[in-house]
Amino acid sequence: MSLHIVACIKQVPDSSQIRVHPVTNTIMRQGVPAVVNPFDLVSLEEALRLKDRFGAHVTVLSMGPKMAAEALKKCISYGADDAILITDRVFAGSDTLATSYALSSAIRTIAASRPVDMVFCGKQTIDGDTAQVGPGIARRLGLQQLTYVSRIESVDPVAREIVVHRRAEGGVQVLQSRLPCLVTMMEGANTIRFAGMDDMFRAARCEVQEWDHKAAGITELARCGLKGSPTVVKKVFAPQPRANKAEIIDTAGRSARESVQALLERLGSRHPGLEAEALP
Amino acid sequence: MSGEHEAATSTAPAAAAPRRADGADLRGWRGVWVYVELERGRVHPVSWELLGEGRKLADHLGVPLSGIVLGPGGEATRQACAEAIRHGADEVRVACDPVLEHYRTDPYAQALTSLVQRGQPEILLLGATTLGRDLAGAVATTLGTGLTADCTELRIDDETRSLAATRPTFGGTLLCTIHTLEYRPQMATVRPRVMAMPKRDPQRTGAIVEEAVTLAEDDVVTKILSYIQDADAGKAQLAYADVVVAGGRGLGKPENFQLVQELAALLGGEWGGSRPVVQAGWLGADRQIGQTGQTIRPRLYIAAGISGAIQHRVGVEGADVIIAINSDPKAPIMEFATYGVVGDALQILPALTDALRERQALRAAA
Repeated sequence: MSLHIVACIKQVPDSSQIRVHPVTNTIMRQGVPAVVNPFDLVSLEEALRLKDRFGAHVTVLSMGPKMAAEALKKCISYGADDAILITDRVFAGSDTLATSYALSSAIRTIAASRPVDMVFCGKQTIDGDTAQVGPGIARRLGLQQLTYVSRIESVDPVAREIVVHRRAEGGVQVLQSRLPCLVTMMEGANTIRFAGMDDMFRAARCEVQEWDHKAAGITELARCGLKGSPTVVKKVFAPQPRANKAEIIDTAGRSARESVQALLERLGSRHPGLEAEALP
Repeated sequence: MSGEHEAATSTAPAAAAPRRADGADLRGWRGVWVYVELERGRVHPVSWELLGEGRKLADHLGVPLSGIVLGPGGEATRQACAEAIRHGADEVRVACDPVLEHYRTDPYAQALTSLVQRGQPEILLLGATTLGRDLAGAVATTLGTGLTADCTELRIDDETRSLAATRPTFGGTLLCTIHTLEYRPQMATVRPRVMAMPKRDPQRTGAIVEEAVTLAEDDVVTKILSYIQDADAGKAQLAYADVVVAGGRGLGKPENFQLVQELAALLGGEWGGSRPVVQAGWLGADRQIGQTGQTIRPRLYIAAGISGAIQHRVGVEGADVIIAINSDPKAPIMEFATYGVVGDALQILPALTDALRERQALRAAA
């Protein structure tokens, strides 16, 4: 009883290398490398581990511009079986609601030829940070929604049962659920494997399937892209600099001890409440 | 959903098609709702912070503020309702059912969705906790409305009477303001500690309205087998600590976090680190301070060897006093810290710990 798993991934700019133009306050994208959203790789690795254990067909799916095919190929090199990119101008400007509509439509189309048992999504992306697309897909497809999973304890493909540890505030819920389900993994649950030589060759040769909205099975264009997005970005701006800069305590010519005494004197005289209640 | 495709699965609750509501329809949606996150008998304090913020929005709009409580009923649920009033709600709408004993997506999403459809609020706020984000994502999809995650500022745009929700974007390098103009409710989540805790008024009174929900345990597929309490309770306390000490790249190597922990321990506070040191694997992600980690609001925040990128700044700006220890007087953190000690953190941190320890000994002797 082999599983069919769809892993959704997003190509994102490597946020640690994003810079803002000091004058125009616009994002400088030139030269910023694109990577697979790191949270998606945690979920992909979990899908690949299920493939190792039970045998599974892992389809990686993404929505984005044509260049996102590179990110999908990267996933093939880790061991995914095939890759589909939904790419179409009608998707431009999608918010999370429109994105989950497009991706869930594509998953339905994928499932029409081969039923889908599990969908994996990243916990969130590093560029949007919303954590909304996974729940959106689960809702639209009627999948059991298992977010913030720190560990998959067991999967029984025959009984179609799954037991997971789900992160909650101050503890972990151990949940028993059923397939089909959607899982988003917590960071730290695993580390993505090294790509094997065979898979790297396979990735280099593979053709990422490119689907436009019709191929993805989307008929309602009003639910795609900007038109299908309830949220509107009104403005993008740089944070205001604070009026009051730090009062500098210079250590030049002073020992560390003297600098610390100067600091503690200021705290004592200007923040008596803090001094009395928060300091020993 | 369009009927021409086979559903991937069986029991899909159909998501509503987005509606382009005209002005008349929107006027029917009134009031500000705050979801009060009750779990395992305890309300997450972010709910009170949201009631404080919701109060301002409701007053500006001239509408009531409602707390929404879902739970199993009984004393904890009653207490949650009473406390919601004391933290600023005009009324509480509460749905009690044994199925709602512990959080599970399906019954909670079903209950909250039906309350929203009946009550038609214009704004619905939830905490950006693991529970709140899971629930908000599900409910917004079913309602087909806009949801803005992790807002750092909420206000009303008078021209459109819409919620202007500001959040960091592009990894926290810029801010953006997002509106949901043509759909209701306007949904937003806010992380714990981003908004100030309102003053609790024990005399405050308000109506507690019981809402009927139709739930059956047999319909809920996901079951809870057990709950494992975190051993390290400190991780959960970071956001609410009165004193926080944190380190960054400037500490040079992971072993030097010892200095951060010693000072935090002496001050009875919590400790953490900046995003780069978490990404480098020096600390676990649950110790990360900043927009993508934990937002803190301590009385005293000491940042050693942290440059203070925007994403860090938005996570610590609520601190009363910020002491930055950094060898670079031009580091961005000097723009928003209260005091900047320009020097080597590896010297200053232990000197500060020693000075405080000596003072403690002197006072104990006196």
